[in-house]
Parts: sequence; structure tokens; C-alpha cells
Amino acid sequence: MTEVAEARTPAAGAHPRAGLRTSDRGAWFLVLPALIPILLLSVGPLLYGVLLAFTDAQSGRTAATRWIGVLNFRDLLHDTLFWESFRIGLVWAVGVTVPQFLLALGLALLLNQDLRLRGLARALTIVPWAMPEVVVGIMWRLVYNPDAGVLNETLRGLGLGDGRDWLSGLATALPAVIVVGVWAGLPQTTVALLAGLQNVPRELREAAAVDGAGAWRRFRTVTWPALRPVALAITALNLIWNLNSFALVYVLTGGGPGGKTRLPMLFAYEEAFRYGQFGYAAAMGCVLVAVVSVLLAVFLAGRLRGGADA
Amino acid sequence: MRTARTPRTRRAARAGQYTALLGYLLFLAFPLLWLLSTALKSPRELGSPHPTWIPRHPTLASVRQAFAEQPLAPAALNSLLVALATAAVTVLIATPMAYVMARHRTRAARAATGWVVVSQAFPFVLLIIPLFLVLKRLRLIDSLTGLVLVYVVWSLPFALWMLAGHVRAVPAELEEAAAVDGAGRLRTLASVTAPLLAPGIAATALFAFVTAWNEFFFALVLLKSPRRQTLPVVLTHFIGAEGVADLGPLAAAAFLATLPSLVFFALVQRRITSGLLTGAVKN
Repeated sequence: MTEVAEARTPAAGAHPRAGLRTSDRGAWFLVLPALIPILLLSVGPLLYGVLLAFTDAQSGRTAATRWIGVLNFRDLLHDTLFWESFRIGLVWAVGVTVPQFLLALGLALLLNQDLRLRGLARALTIVPWAMPEVVVGIMWRLVYNPDAGVLNETLRGLGLGDGRDWLSGLATALPAVIVVGVWAGLPQTTVALLAGLQNVPRELREAAAVDGAGAWRRFRTVTWPALRPVALAITALNLIWNLNSFALVYVLTGGGPGGKTRLPMLFAYEEAFRYGQFGYAAAMGCVLVAVVSVLLAVFLAGRLRGGADA
Repeated sequence: MRTARTPRTRRAARAGQYTALLGYLLFLAFPLLWLLSTALKSPRELGSPHPTWIPRHPTLASVRQAFAEQPLAPAALNSLLVALATAAVTVLIATPMAYVMARHRTRAARAATGWVVVSQAFPFVLLIIPLFLVLKRLRLIDSLTGLVLVYVVWSLPFALWMLAGHVRAVPAELEEAAAVDGAGRLRTLASVTAPLLAPGIAATALFAFVTAWNEFFFALVLLKSPRRQTLPVVLTHFIGAEGVADLGPLAAAAFLATLPSLVFFALVQRRITSGLLTGAVKN
């Protein structure tokens, strides 16, 4: 909140740190090395991408690209396959984000305690994060493997049926990839919530404990209010990241069986780089941006509100 | 913590906590251990209808087969070059900008901070198609240089965010003291700020390295010829068109691809966690 407050004050220039702000030219000089690549390779292509959505651009014949207005978007509106992938994307994003958050919250509270194996757990927390997504996918393919997989072998051992081909089953494929998604993103969420827990004033919690508040009361009245801004931010970001995921599911199922795990990104990738429909795929990107913008607005609103509360 | 609880309920709560912790450790470690176990099994053991938990006769046959089947060594070299270049360039250009973002409340700095947040959210599809077209025009498709360019810009937002947090953690008073003593801006930065920022810069470089080492989507689209491809792309070649895979070599190659990141993290785990936390908290 302080940032916003300062922005509205004209006297922001008269800051005590005046010794360092000798000239804005110096500041620009320091910013340029990063700013130029950002403009050329990030902001520029994004705007170009939006423009492409209004053209019939195809790979191989980009020279003869024509402006076709909203035709791509009109086609998209009637593209049942796209809306199916969009629905799958939402199920996936929510299906990963919600259990992941609950698990991470429990874990963060757990790792915030003085436990013996805490150091090891914190160190291992980083493992799924350090792994290439491709390896995570391969690893879980091994776990889910119908013949040699550890999951089926365990189920057989427990007498729970003869096992199945989890990633190829029409009904099991999406839940199976969601479990992997939860696993892969758990550490980041846990670390973020652990960081958030450091905002919780220890004295306040102890005072509540002395006053006889139980664990749940303490969590609801002391911990949660302090944690809420971080929790909201990480949830919104996780939703956004999951909507944009690609590598994990690409390796696990390639979008199959029968498109049951074809996330929007996989759909757009196929459209662009298998069928060469650049303009149409760009239009899909725009639809996703629109959805993501809403989530981003929630995130920013939460950030500001969190600042005001503090 | 200090409620008037009976020792017995306290002990029960502790036991519950430790059970949860062990479950978590198992959940984290198990797939990785299974990967290792599969990688070390003999071909005969892999073919057995009832898979063993621990390989009876551990062998490196799968590792040898993996290297024979796919160009793993060149792919690892490509990945290493790309990741090192990405880390170096990212840190080099992000540090000055992060400094300005943290210390100056100018409109540009605020716009940069806003962009950092927003850019985290954009779908890659919208970025990759125009990037593909631009890089094609620059003749940088199927080139590691082109990939590094993309990775640098891709890891910049988070790098800036982390570094700005670290700059804010350096007391501005130190710089002011140096300024009062007559040191110029550059002198102050080089002799006062930079040494204190070194751990943050190291953590950021590591982050950029691991990001580039692990990345798949851009590499898949931008690199065409097999001898230019990076490790994650080559790994997917082990999975056949029909989704069938030679499990042993696949597991061996996948485990090897994870080793560098894991070693890096094991070495600087404490630092990166605290680096991430600093970046997160100070914002």
C-alpha cells in the first residue's frame, strides 16, 4: 500500500534517499539492458500475437497473410473441441489448485512447528520443484504403468483388483494427471505459505494460547487473517499457471485418451505447430488471456486489500 | 503452544504430526526412488510380471542402453551451455534494473514492477507464435542462441522480483553513508551494495540456470534438428509414438537429467529457500 500512497503524493521525489537519486538519466541507463530485451522479446511479441489473432496467418505462407477481423473468434465460438479443452483446462486448474492449497497449508503449518525431521522435509520439499517437468511426467508414467507400475503392484498386493491402465482410461486419465499436477506444484505453494506464516506475529499467537484459545480458534482468528493475502495471491497464481500448463500433461498422456486430458495449451500447440494455424491458435491465446486477466484482477485486488489490512 | 494440555493429548498430537510428516516425506521421495529403482534394474527384472521394489541385481545396463539409443551426451552439453548462458545474461542485465526498481520510486520502476506481475500470467501460446516468426526472420530458429534469448526474457520477471527483494534488504543507510563520504554512485554500488547482494545474485543465477535446464515447451518448438535439442526434448524421444517406452533406459536418462538440478539444490538449498523467502517477503 505504501507504494500506491507515495505514487499519489507529488512530494515523492523529496525522499530521504535523495543522495542516490542524483539523476533519472542514471536510472534509465541501469534499466535499459533489461528493458530492451523485454520490449523486443516479450511485450512486442505479445502485441504481435494479439494482431495475429485477427489474421489468417498460417505457417509457411506468412507473407500472404490477410486481415480477417473477428472471423477466428467466430469460428472459435463454434469449435466444440476448443470449448471441451477449455472445460478440461478449468477442471484441471481447479482440481490441482484446491487440493494443492489445502495440502500445502497443512504442510506449512506442520513445517512451522519444531519437529525433528523438519530440516529434511524442508530440503526434500525442493525436490519436485528442481525436477524438469518432463522428468516428473516420465516418473509418474512409471508409477502408473499398467504392467510394471508401482501403483498397480501395490493395489494387487492389497488385493484391490487387478490394476488398470490409469493414463489410458477415459475415466481415470484426468484424475491421474491431476494427482501429478498436485505433486509437482506442492513445494512452491508450501514454501510460499511458510513465508506467509512468518508474517504471523508469534506473540499474538502465544497470547491467544494463554487466553485459552484452541488450535482451531487460534488458526481462524490469528493465523489466517495474517496469511490471507499470501494465500489469495498464491492461489490466483497457481490457477493461472495451471491454466497455462503444457509439459507435464504432454509427457503423461499427450492429451489423450480421446482428448480427455487435452488442456487448452496442448490444443493450441497442436493447432499452431502441427496444423500450422497460427492465426487461429493466437485467437485461442487471446481467449485464455481474457480469462487469466480476470484472475489477475482478483490477485491484484487481493494484494492491495492485503496491504490495507496490514 | 503453551496451553494447559495434558501430556497425553500433547503426545498424541505430536504422534499425529510425525505421522503426517513421514507421509509427506514418502509422498515426496517415493516417485524419485521408484525412478532410481527402475533405472538400475536388469532387463530381465524389468520384464517380470511382478515388479520388484528394489532391484535384485542392480546394473548400469539401462544407462548404457540410454546413451546408445539417443544422443544424450550432446543433449546434456546443449542444455548446459543454454542454462549457463541464460544464468549469466539474466543476472547481468537484471541486477541493475532490480536495483532501480527497489531504490527509485519513479514511474518507470513502478511500471516495471507491474509488468513483472502481469508477465507471469501470460499464456505461452500467445508468445510463442510471434516469437517463432520473429526468430525465424532473424534466422535464429534451431539455434541455441535464439533459445537463450527466449529463456533470458522468460526468467527475467522472477529474477527481477527476487533481486529487488534482496536490494531492499540492504539498508539504504549504508549507501547514504558512502555517498556522504564522497563516493560516487558507481563506487557506492560496486564497493558497498554489490558485495552484500552477492548471495541474492547467486540464488537468482541458480534459479535461472535450473529454469533453463528444465524448460521444455520453447525448446520443443524452437529446436528442430536432433543434434541441437536440449535434454528435456531428447528425453521425450524415449517415449515412442504409441506411448510405449523402453522403461529402463527411459528411467535412467530421466534420472540423469535431474541430477544437476538436485546437486545444485543440495549444495545451496538453504540459500535458495531463504532467497525465495526474501524475495517473497520483502515485496
